[in-house]
Amino acid sequence: MPETIILEVERFHPERDTEPSYQSFEVPLRADWMVLDALNHIKDQLDGTLAFRWSCRMGICGSCGMTVNGVPKLTCETMLMDYAPGPVRVGPLAHFPVIKDLVVELDDFLAKLQKVRPWIVRKDDYQPKREFIQSPAQLEAFHQFSLCINCTLCYAACPVSGLDANFLGPAAIALAHRYNLDSRDQASDDRLDIVSQHEGIWDCTVVGECTTVCPKGVDPSLAIQQFKLTATQEWFKSFLMPRGKN
Amino acid sequence: MSSAKRSNEPIVWFLFGTGGFFAAYFLPIHVLLYGIAFPLGLLHDPGYATTLALLEHPLVRLYLFALLTFCFFHAAHRMRLTLSDVLNMRHLNTILAFLCYGGAIAGTICAIWLLAVVP
Amino acid sequence: MPQYPQYQLKAYRPRMSAYWYLDQWHYLRYALRESSSFFVAWFCVVTLVQIAALSAGPTHYAHFQALMKYPAMIVINVVALGFFLLHAFTWFNLVPRVVVRQVLGKPTPNILSSAPNFMVWFGASVIVALFILGVF
Repeated sequence: MPETIILEVERFHPERDTEPSYQSFEVPLRADWMVLDALNHIKDQLDGTLAFRWSCRMGICGSCGMTVNGVPKLTCETMLMDYAPGPVRVGPLAHFPVIKDLVVELDDFLAKLQKVRPWIVRKDDYQPKREFIQSPAQLEAFHQFSLCINCTLCYAACPVSGLDANFLGPAAIALAHRYNLDSRDQASDDRLDIVSQHEGIWDCTVVGECTTVCPKGVDPSLAIQQFKLTATQEWFKSFLMPRGKN
Repeated sequence: MSSAKRSNEPIVWFLFGTGGFFAAYFLPIHVLLYGIAFPLGLLHDPGYATTLALLEHPLVRLYLFALLTFCFFHAAHRMRLTLSDVLNMRHLNTILAFLCYGGAIAGTICAIWLLAVVP
Repeated sequence: MPQYPQYQLKAYRPRMSAYWYLDQWHYLRYALRESSSFFVAWFCVVTLVQIAALSAGPTHYAHFQALMKYPAMIVINVVALGFFLLHAFTWFNLVPRVVVRQVLGKPTPNILSSAPNFMVWFGASVIVALFILGVF
């Protein structure tokens, strides 16, 4: 078995480069290493100028998302050994502006996320004296969609988000779905209005890659298709009973 | 639900979705028989008289009308998205929509006309 | 907005390749699945022609039958059958799952939503075939 592996890392320096290039590094191939460990080895031992984001190393902070051999991955839970004998190509997440090397700009995503108001909205002036009661069945209705860690792998995997920069995108819609299914929330009509614009659910063509790459099993594709179903049901309701909702 | 009412996407998506079920349930057997088995002589073609007798039944005509209409709209919607996304023709979106949905409407009119004039 | 835009570094904005669907097998599978629509449109037109030939009389229907026997026609229809099967399998694995989840409001194993559709598909095909073959 080889003792090292070649990592081809995408480099982009905003002051010097007009477009990215690849730089090869030879790193130890250790059975217990993730791709992130190899990147940290490069940063510590070989080239301290390499820029990338990471924090928790346990697949929950969602900051170490990168493209590994063309597929969006959380590098902290992607075994280096799986790519032996290599070489392994590591690049920034696709479809995002690259600030430096493997670091992408998330401003646009965060703005989209805010649009769907991913928090519990109450429209009454109910002041809770104790916690909201929620049954296990009510929790199960949205639990899967609440596991999103905003790692944006789904945006990098989604061709539509690459083709249309205005597409609201998988994670934002999945989180809108998560709060719409929450029995404590009262803003589902508002969120349906936001996601049923063209740049919302109707832009999605069900490639399904968001669901495939999601490290948390959220299934944004399912959330989007359920929204389409709901929007269609509401369309027929408002068509048949124009004043039905009063 | 104001925007869901404003947007025309739900009705297009409804036609697309219903057509998807029709295409999946019924088109394989149609193409297998009329397109492959009968021309190759693998199965005996029942011929003109039997097929016409079948077509003369109102329920068969209703079935064909539903099959053709929903499948035309299913195909139109998917063709528009395939051309705009896979073949990078997003800038031609209005023309594509006009051609695809226009084609589906033309196909539906043809189906109504043909199924209404059957002797 | 940054106060001193001249000191803001320019981020690199990647552009998607025109052949992005060739990058990964999953993307190519999606492109093929969507391409089934062209064959759906094709066979709908064939069926329209068939109905027109039927209502025009036996000579015209014989022409239609002769047309369907052209080798090119048979090849196209074999390809069309392949795309229809791809469409049916992907559709039954995807769409019923959405409907069932919407109705039940909780996660359901995919097999429970797709399996009935495969059974209905089989049943519907047999019934349509028996009608077309003149058994009923």
